[in-house]
Amino acid sequence: MSQPTTSLVQRGARLATPQAQLATLAAIDLSKTRHQGNFATALVANGWQTLTPTDLEIFQINVGKLCNMTCRHCHVDAGPDRIQENMNRETIDDCLRALDQTPAHTVDITGGAPELNPHFRYLVEQCVERGKHVIDRCNLTILLAPRFHDLPEWFAARGVEVVCSLPHYRQRNTDAQRGDGTFEKSIVALRRLNAVGYGQGDPQKRLTLVANPVGAFLASSNASVEQEWKAGLQKHHGVTFDRLIALNNMPIARYLEWLEESGNLQSYMELLVNSFNPGTVDGLMCRNTLSVGWDGRIFDCDFNQMLNLESRTPEGHSLHIRDFKLQDLVDRQIGVDRHCFGCTAGAGSSCGGALCM
Amino acid sequence: MSEYYNPDHLPQFDRIGEGSPELAEKFFAYYGAVFAEGALSAREKALIALAVAHTVQCPYCIDAYSKSCLQQGSDLEQMTEAVHVATAIRGGASLIHGLQMLDQVNKLGM
Repeated sequence: MSQPTTSLVQRGARLATPQAQLATLAAIDLSKTRHQGNFATALVANGWQTLTPTDLEIFQINVGKLCNMTCRHCHVDAGPDRIQENMNRETIDDCLRALDQTPAHTVDITGGAPELNPHFRYLVEQCVERGKHVIDRCNLTILLAPRFHDLPEWFAARGVEVVCSLPHYRQRNTDAQRGDGTFEKSIVALRRLNAVGYGQGDPQKRLTLVANPVGAFLASSNASVEQEWKAGLQKHHGVTFDRLIALNNMPIARYLEWLEESGNLQSYMELLVNSFNPGTVDGLMCRNTLSVGWDGRIFDCDFNQMLNLESRTPEGHSLHIRDFKLQDLVDRQIGVDRHCFGCTAGAGSSCGGALCM
Repeated sequence: MSEYYNPDHLPQFDRIGEGSPELAEKFFAYYGAVFAEGALSAREKALIALAVAHTVQCPYCIDAYSKSCLQQGSDLEQMTEAVHVATAIRGGASLIHGLQMLDQVNKLGM
């Protein structure tokens, strides 16, 4: 049986602050690993003097930390108690004005459970009207809440890609990570998405599953895993989907807490560092993505956002979406720290899955 | 040496090359090729390896392939079934020899 958890903030846990999380990562003795656990050193050793942006393709908006779930691996520390940190309408309009200044083709909406933000549908409508490909990062169970019953049809009418969290195609692992009963609810939600045409090869109704390892190991990058998932979900639950992407868990927030409490922190960080794959650097998501926090601050990625590592101009100024200038982003250097080894380990990891096979 | 098994040996497996680099190189190249995706998936090969690890009762292999199975996407239920396959074969291998015993008894007895 999985043990229920609550947000670090609600518990007043030691790791509730980004500073405490960064200090915990910094204190791990990685002197015997490659590059001594220093991400910047690992980059330089592989010919990357600095990490700089490429063309902006993905405009990611984290609309808040409110969520109906409290998954044990959540890097956002989201939960039902996080009612304060939610993007308001003014900031959403700031995002839309900024979006109009960028060449980004995709708007990636995340949270928390982004659907819980009262301005979520407005944001989606506005992005679709602008001809953007819209991604909703959905925890699936939210679709069963009464006021969201119409969302599958609503998404389908607008061509929204639904990117769903499902740690495993079998019940045990899903419930272990996301709470008892989550798997069954997820299957019901997937069936509702299937019923309106999602997950059947239609590019306008693309259903993507996201798998995080249920424990202290790396995500699998093998193409055969997707076939096993497809066969397993079809055979046992009559559910279909279009693609599977696998993400490494980042040593941040509640996953960091779990690593520490389970005695896996040292070995997991050694695994990440020793699995550094220079072939992943070119495609790192921080290079083609902009990440906006609920309060309008701009970050290089959702992970830096949770660690409060803001994007900065060459002069060292932090950036806010209300004062958006594309050139500020183009000129910046991307901030890195130890957690970045999570994106470069093995086949690499990003919001779009593995970076190289 | 204070103990026969040392967990630090597993990540240092390549030290076996000190005595014969050529043979170690051939072995590790072969080993890597065996576990690559092929007609069997890497996940299926990891499950086979886990079962064999229990048959040869190698703690290093059990450590390595428990991790490998999880990373390749297997869950505890599937891994436990793999161990039971090894157990069934080991048990069956003993029991089938019982027919040798039976033949001996039938031959020698009245």
